[in-house]
Amino acid sequence: MTRFSAWSVFKAGLSGQKNWDRQWRDPEPRPEYDVVIVGAGLHGLATAYYLGKNHGAKNIAVLEKGWLGGGNAGRNTTIIRSNYMMPGNRQFYEHSLKLWENLSHDLNYNVMFSQRAHVSLFHSPAARDAAARRYNLMRLTGSDGEFWDLARLKKEIPHLNYNHARFPIIGAAVQPRAGNARHDAVAWGYARGADRQGVDIIQNCEVTGMEREGGKVVSLQTSRGSIGVKKVGLAVAGNSSRLWQMAGLGRLPIETHLLQAFVSEPIKPMLDQVVVYGVGGAHFYISQSDKGGMVFGGDLDWYKSYAQRGNLPLVQDVSECTTAILPCLSRVRLLRHWAGLMDMSMDGSPFICKTPLGNLYLNAGWNYGGFKATPASGWYFADLIANDRPDPTIGHFDLNRFSRGANIDERGAGPDPKLHG
Amino acid sequence: MIRIDCPYCGERDHAEFSYGGDATVEYPALDAPAEEWHDAVFLRENVRGVQRETWHHVNGCRMWLIVERDTVTHEIHSVQPAHGGMARSLNAHRGPEKPE
Ligand SMILES: Cc1cc2nc3c(=O)[nH]c(=O)nc-3n(C[C@H](O)[C@H](O)[C@H](O)COP(=O)(O)OP(=O)(O)OC[C@H]3O[C@@H](n4cnc5c(N)ncnc54)[C@H](O)[C@@H]3O)c2cc1C
Ligand SMILES: [Zn+2]
Repeated sequence: MTRFSAWSVFKAGLSGQKNWDRQWRDPEPRPEYDVVIVGAGLHGLATAYYLGKNHGAKNIAVLEKGWLGGGNAGRNTTIIRSNYMMPGNRQFYEHSLKLWENLSHDLNYNVMFSQRAHVSLFHSPAARDAAARRYNLMRLTGSDGEFWDLARLKKEIPHLNYNHARFPIIGAAVQPRAGNARHDAVAWGYARGADRQGVDIIQNCEVTGMEREGGKVVSLQTSRGSIGVKKVGLAVAGNSSRLWQMAGLGRLPIETHLLQAFVSEPIKPMLDQVVVYGVGGAHFYISQSDKGGMVFGGDLDWYKSYAQRGNLPLVQDVSECTTAILPCLSRVRLLRHWAGLMDMSMDGSPFICKTPLGNLYLNAGWNYGGFKATPASGWYFADLIANDRPDPTIGHFDLNRFSRGANIDERGAGPDPKLHG
Repeated sequence: MIRIDCPYCGERDHAEFSYGGDATVEYPALDAPAEEWHDAVFLRENVRGVQRETWHHVNGCRMWLIVERDTVTHEIHSVQPAHGGMARSLNAHRGPEKPE
């Protein structure tokens, strides 16, 4: 397969950019694999990539019921940041951000990572003080954080609603190294990178059952026949509970909820940063894509759902949030909106851990935040599968943390999954 | 839009209601072992299909309801008052329940 470079692009230009090879193979499933990852979303593909790259593992497959990147991977609003407060989250997300910084080079694939700054508005002195505490804690783990007063904010983002907002903006907590990437490119880059290392990515292959023997999974039933396995990693986001039940393991501390996202018609460049705010019950985030569309979203639809489509009350809520903060967008038309299946966990934090079955590993519970986590999630999940023990960086992302009383509840919202936005 | 047929108010848009959660969770006795409390508080069936769940008619009669709803299609199969005593007095006014 061709390595991308300025020269290869120039050379292909001479023949009209028509002679590029396929970026990954479309293999038939083999009867058995050493490692099978279920789910070709970002986490599954990244895991397969790092299994090969960091651990030299061979004979790996990623099974996907639809097409790769067709789940949350291609449905998110692409925000990347590491402004977490809880110990355990801070180190993990900061490691992820560092991997993002070199990802395009590492994959030899342009994921269009753009460190355009994440600007978190605050609207009251209490919110400012809470943000100051959070950003001071972040700095302890080496993450970057700044405070912008109103004068600086007005200079950087002149067209926010500073005049007649119900909750006036008084400043912002900013992470300059945060930003966005192109979600599809991340899926494709990891898929291409994994395929180059011999990983079989098998699409249209739904796992429908698991056969167990002596505390282990021995084979997976799939829509393309039975596949023997030595080790299995689950990375199926909103479908985690279903796979867990196929493994005969009962209940998980997860509920599946739907989250919508929205994109407007393309307009000229008008917003250079990611802007977010949460006040008076609202929750909102917005950025502008390279094509010019305003990409934004807010809360869950609030009721549990496996439907990958959202409902109208949230369209109204989110539109109100948009025009409250950026009144200049009030006449811009909505182009599309869609939804994905969120694996909302009981404390808002993920699971990268071993399971009661000796050769089954779980990667789940990503809530709204799994896009930014992709590189570190794949990195540590691969390490867990290869070495059969969690690295200390993810030791606390286990399923037993609730019984130890060691919940990692960043929001302090309690055991109600829908509240961990 | 999901429409919920509130037994007290009639059919309304779901925007009038607030979703509670899984109605099949049963909390153990106060002095039950911690593991039983752990399971009730933290573990969920997370049904894909018809589930029993609670909704609060918060912008209506403010009563809690038990709803059977399909989590894939959002189709609603039944709506009942969550409070048994209220259900009985409601039925006394309305006569026996209609067969399904
Ligand atoms: C609207 C929206 C906005 C978001 N915004 C952000 C954001 O701004 N920043 C951020 O960090 N995160 C965000 N997220 C969260 C992030 O997208 C997810 O946490 C993350 O993508 C989940 O991991 P994944 O990519 O591996 O999941 P997915 O892409 O959903 O991958 C799981 C895959 O498993 C497959 N699968 C399921 N069941 C089976 C089966 N039985 N057999 C085979 N395959 C199966 C699915 O088809 C799917 O492709 C957002 C999510 C949504 C929906
Ligand atoms: Zn009512």
